Amino acid sequence: MTLYVEGDPVADTKAPDGPIETRWDRHRFESKLVNPANRRKRTIIVVGTGLAGGAAAATLGEAGYHVKSYCYQDSPRRAHSIAAQGGINAAKNYRNDGDSIQRLFYDTVKGGDFRSRESNVYRLAQVSVEIIDQCVAQGVPFAREYGGLLDNRSFGGAQVSRTFYARGQTGQQLLLGAYQALERQVAAGTVEMHARHEMLDLIVVDGRARGIVVRDLVTGEIATDFADAVVLASGGYGNVFFLSTNAKGCNVTATWRAHRKGALFANPCFTQIHPTCIPQSGDHQSKLTLMSESLRNDGRVWVPKEKGDPRKPGDIPEGERDYYLERIYPSFGNLVPRDIASRAAKNVCDEGRGVGPGGLGVYLDFADAIERLGKDAVSAKYGNLFEMYERITGEDPNEVPMRIYPAVHYTMGGLWVDYDLQSTIPGLFVTGEANFSDHGANRLGASALMQGLADGYFVLPNTISGYLAENSKLEPVGADHPAAVEARFAVERRVARLLNIDGDRTVDSFHRELGRIMWDYCGMERTDEGLRKAIELIRGLRDEFWRRVKVPGSADDLNQALEKAGRVADFFELAELMCVDALHRTESCGGHFRGESQTPEGEALRDDENFSYVAAWEWSGSEAPPVLHKEELNFEYVHLSQRSYK
Amino acid sequence: MNLTLRIWRQTGPADKGRMVKYRVEDVSPDMSFLEMLDMLNERLTLDGDEPVAFDHDCREGICGMCSLMINGAAHGPERATTTCQLHMRHFADGDTIDIEPWRARAFPVVKDLVVDRTAFDKIIQAGGYISAATGTAPDAHAAPVPKADADAAFEAATCIGCGACVAACPNGSGMLFTAAKVTHLGLLPQGQPERRERVLNMVEAHDDAGFGGCTNTGECTAVCPKGIPLTAIGQLNRDFLKASTTSAR
Repeated sequence: MTLYVEGDPVADTKAPDGPIETRWDRHRFESKLVNPANRRKRTIIVVGTGLAGGAAAATLGEAGYHVKSYCYQDSPRRAHSIAAQGGINAAKNYRNDGDSIQRLFYDTVKGGDFRSRESNVYRLAQVSVEIIDQCVAQGVPFAREYGGLLDNRSFGGAQVSRTFYARGQTGQQLLLGAYQALERQVAAGTVEMHARHEMLDLIVVDGRARGIVVRDLVTGEIATDFADAVVLASGGYGNVFFLSTNAKGCNVTATWRAHRKGALFANPCFTQIHPTCIPQSGDHQSKLTLMSESLRNDGRVWVPKEKGDPRKPGDIPEGERDYYLERIYPSFGNLVPRDIASRAAKNVCDEGRGVGPGGLGVYLDFADAIERLGKDAVSAKYGNLFEMYERITGEDPNEVPMRIYPAVHYTMGGLWVDYDLQSTIPGLFVTGEANFSDHGANRLGASALMQGLADGYFVLPNTISGYLAENSKLEPVGADHPAAVEARFAVERRVARLLNIDGDRTVDSFHRELGRIMWDYCGMERTDEGLRKAIELIRGLRDEFWRRVKVPGSADDLNQALEKAGRVADFFELAELMCVDALHRTESCGGHFRGESQTPEGEALRDDENFSYVAAWEWSGSEAPPVLHKEELNFEYVHLSQRSYK
Repeated sequence: MNLTLRIWRQTGPADKGRMVKYRVEDVSPDMSFLEMLDMLNERLTLDGDEPVAFDHDCREGICGMCSLMINGAAHGPERATTTCQLHMRHFADGDTIDIEPWRARAFPVVKDLVVDRTAFDKIIQAGGYISAATGTAPDAHAAPVPKADADAAFEAATCIGCGACVAACPNGSGMLFTAAKVTHLGLLPQGQPERRERVLNMVEAHDDAGFGGCTNTGECTAVCPKGIPLTAIGQLNRDFLKASTTSAR
């Protein structure tokens, strides 16, 4: 079977050339501007109200544009950025420990295992500095020292302390900052807020993104809305695995529908498996909970040296414990990047040395930290995380080591965008986790919040104005435009079809099974054989879904099963593309570990000669194989090297 | 364990609504409360009944979307715990559990256990922010903040906007929610320029949205999953009094 065909390389990334330090400045200077008096006549739809979407909608509103903001939750304040715990990176060098924009740039490119674009990453590092200023001005209560200045910590493998944080609730505080700025604009009349609405399709007119089809989740009404440009800030697709640290509602539908309308989907197989999550407790599990990896700053990871050791952790003497991260990676120890920590945990569990139910867990032990710093100091840093852990497991980490296991957490892949964050559909911009651009094959800790806010506050508002200025005479489009009518009909037909199957299996049962296939074959380790098997299984299950799913209720009111069914239907299509992408990339890089491509020590082995590119996939219908477009990556400033954290 | 559930079912705002009894069997003590409801909904679906609608999203106690009145207590029996973080080990085999939506004039029922909380957004729109447009900020270290103030501001800012305080209050007051934001922003130097107008405008929006007045019963803080203290309302009252006498308004 032909799994994919190769098309032309990606033509234009719009990345400026010349010295990297001035690229963003020059690009901004060269792009056209929209006259302030004309901005209120220009309409922008923003889908999603997390850091990337909320910040963008607020900033565009402040600039004077007419913004229409959409989210599926009951309030924009609930977007899943809110759950980010650890912190946000910025190259402020407030610690005087050798940090700089250059170093944050270097760390991010290297941490991403050389699969991201230098121009984008450099801009991200530059903008990081402004984000902190902006958030402090909004009243984000970052942690401070006794002198009143901001505190920083080292985070997730960084050797400098550049992470700003608010206890273990940094995402919440940053999101509330963006949400408050957004609500200020709602009050000012620049932003129209549409909560409890879900985007179900993109409207493309004359090759340009001009609107969306939305379902009002309360009344069930399917409607169309129009704008001069559309921004998707709808987050990542980790829920394709069913069990992940994402919120239950997180989904791929907005980006996938845009993909089906012509937007390329880049590096879909690049998913991040976070090493420190609470292990699954049974088959009833509906989601997994992350424990911030800041815990690895003071916690020590270990398993018993003996397989199947039945003793309680406290009864296992020091000499019979294997602090495997410290042993294998002496210079980074417990702070190795996420992909490495996750795979190491999987390896010791595969050896039969895992702990807890089913042997799927490793210890994260705070005994040494409590002895060194005292219980109060440890509790001041991690109190809320310890409480959260105890609430879920019934165990107190002050007394017994935490048990942790890797879980799907973040997706580096997403819609392909150029330097302007514009997709391959003109007028369709994509920000935050929904795009693919800055993290390569592995995201560093505390970089998601940085990227979401960089895109939302500083990058998109600058680049979208160039598009609007160059397209100042777009024809008005209304609900009766043939493209809008067709898109709305298609959505209505799909909703009706889901309701009419009236089969004998629930949506969740399909989603669980799909997730299991993805976890087993497209999770922490992927192989040619496994991926081929997965593709076959996914196709079979998808066919079964469309024959046997049972969606109760009607289309005309709040119907949560119907919402889930539409999302799962899209996950099936995405899952197949993820497996095809993982199969075609026969190298290991970052979070993508191919069993066939490893060093003699079992570390990921990249193949720069053949895979130093972004894989951007084009949809060619449900019956035809996807088309691969390559964007070659060039490294002028950071020299390609094999990552080593030993 | 086996449980009897009595759940509020209401097809929409126009329906009067009623309690309906369900049995759930083989509930694991390690399940979360919402996973127990997932299990019920799976069965209802296969039996051809309509599943129970309830709000939830992050399921880790931070998004503020889950909102159940469990045996008459907002978010159930555990202190400082959202419904999604409540686990079935806190219940016993054979228990009967009443599950209802938030009930307050400002939070009309949408369907079953789902309510409309946009009134909270309206309070924030009235002044729950610092006006600092993107790009206008000075360096983050330009204004040091005493650690004690920063920590106290953070404590107030941890409010997740779930509305348990309103549901628990005999007056249906949203004063703890409003006070948490007034306190958070009022403790920071960045929040001073708008401090007086903020408290006046937010309290006005609170009253306009149909929330009741505060009579210091303290039910709000008892159920608050983030432990926002009643002293926040004291702070709001002080700010309100001061602003009422000194504001240019």
